[in-house]
Amino acid sequence: MNEMQFLTWVRGPGLDIALSLFVLGVLWRLIEIYSLGRKKDLSAPRHKPGASGWHTIARRSVPPEGMFKTSPVSYVGGYVFHIGLAIIIFLFIPHIKLIESLVGVSWPGLPSQVVDLVTVVTLAAMIVLLADRIMKPTKRYLSGFQDWFTWTLTFLPVLTGWLAVQHLLLPYTTMLALHILTAELLLVFIPFTKLFHAFTVFGSRWFNGAVNGHKGVPV
Amino acid sequence: MTMNKNAKLLENLEWQGVSRRTFLKYCATLASLMALPPSAGRAMAEALAQAKRPSVIWLPFQECTGCTESITRSHSPSIEGMIFDMISLDYQETLMAAAGHQAEEALHKAMQDNMGKYVLIIDGSVATGLDGAYSCIAGRTNLEALREAAQGAAAIIALGSCAAYGGIPKAKPNPTGAVAVSDIIKDKPIVNIPGCPPIPVVITGVLAHYLTFGSLPELDKLGRPKAFYGETIHDRCYRRPFYDQGKFAKSFDDEGARKGWCLFELGCKGPVTYNACASVKWNGGASWPVEAGHGCLGCSEPDFWDAGGFYKALSMPADPLKMTAGAALAGAVAGVAITVANRAKKGAAKAAHETTTLADLEK
Repeated sequence: MNEMQFLTWVRGPGLDIALSLFVLGVLWRLIEIYSLGRKKDLSAPRHKPGASGWHTIARRSVPPEGMFKTSPVSYVGGYVFHIGLAIIIFLFIPHIKLIESLVGVSWPGLPSQVVDLVTVVTLAAMIVLLADRIMKPTKRYLSGFQDWFTWTLTFLPVLTGWLAVQHLLLPYTTMLALHILTAELLLVFIPFTKLFHAFTVFGSRWFNGAVNGHKGVPV
Repeated sequence: MTMNKNAKLLENLEWQGVSRRTFLKYCATLASLMALPPSAGRAMAEALAQAKRPSVIWLPFQECTGCTESITRSHSPSIEGMIFDMISLDYQETLMAAAGHQAEEALHKAMQDNMGKYVLIIDGSVATGLDGAYSCIAGRTNLEALREAAQGAAAIIALGSCAAYGGIPKAKPNPTGAVAVSDIIKDKPIVNIPGCPPIPVVITGVLAHYLTFGSLPELDKLGRPKAFYGETIHDRCYRRPFYDQGKFAKSFDDEGARKGWCLFELGCKGPVTYNACASVKWNGGASWPVEAGHGCLGCSEPDFWDAGGFYKALSMPADPLKMTAGAALAGAVAGVAITVANRAKKGAAKAAHETTTLADLEK
């Protein structure tokens, strides 16, 4: 298989397989999680539970008092790389083109130099977060295989995409194919690892907020 | 008027009205095109001026004659075309006057007279299906002809994407079992000059390099001269700034197309295509596909015909998604099945639940 055939494979059958596993996993897990349900709480709610749910969604996007000073790297790094990822994935024009061809919606993108800068910042933030995870005994202790694995899965597509655009290490065609392949790996693993928080984060926050509100502890 | 077959190259050029100065300029241009040091231009001029016309045997296999058209027409009567005249093209079916047995004789005579010294140019892919019977000339398969002609060749030039990679005859489902020259011949130096068709100056550049240095130019992994195939169309494209700014033509007749914006969204394969079109251009530097308003097809890359369609952006799926709808259904079914199982478990637990009374606790 030469590099062009490799690229055509990842753009064709590879993409088909990856997207299929992704869609399969996402639907399966969403239905499974949201159909679990809870026993009906018969006590009278002490607060408007729904409102507390919405409040918690917003509230947990802000560091609790004192926490920012305790672990600034986690907060700043976390924000930078999440926003960076969103910009790279949703505002780089070739990516928009892909989304458009898959679901039919498109929107304006950013100039590639801007995305390039965001990518460098994102990569740096992810490396700093990894270093922090390794250096801080508590974080290291709390980290399991999935944490290292999902970091790698997320890091590789960003890195290979940047290397491809910059023409570093390997010829563009090969690097582009590797970029698409690593993005496909990421897609496959999203539903089955903690990366699924991309789909569940706000739902679970809402649920926690609602339950706490019901019990009289709006947070 | 006939030119002297044994005359040196420069003598023949002078005879055709090409001045020494023009010739030197040409050599300097060629040297710089091939990214050789400035001194190489002079060396090239000296070597070429002294060179006897090398014997070139050109065999066409499964091809469309586009490569020949490219060379004979687009640059004529440029100096490249004349240099090309200056080789001793001893066998070329399209261009030679001879036909039938005469032509075959010419071929065999050229091979015998220049055994071990001739340059063999192949255009077209080699059919291997049915023992090569899909493509025969003078009752012999291309496969046989290639093996025989390759034996006495000093070097082989696989001209065009078909000879270099199999090209369009090799496109799925490849009914003739077409392969590249390099798939058959393993023991001779082979230069691939892919393109559909390739740029004429690349061919003369390779020949000039061979005549000057007695060796083939530096090649990349795919056997292409690095000097011409070292960079992508995209990196050398004059429309590149529009790509970087995010300005794209969305159709061939919209505002963006009229303003000459980037053709990436219309399927341009420039980013993954290594060729010199963007810098050397075509038809004596007049224009080239992207300048004419059409995206690059990627014709100098292997299997460009099967690379997912000419009008699909590189970041779009190469094939229609076949399994995704089924996968969505399977995912939904799996989710519902697990839901049913979970509910059943919950129901069973509820049914098995025994109420504890005060009396039970006092037992």
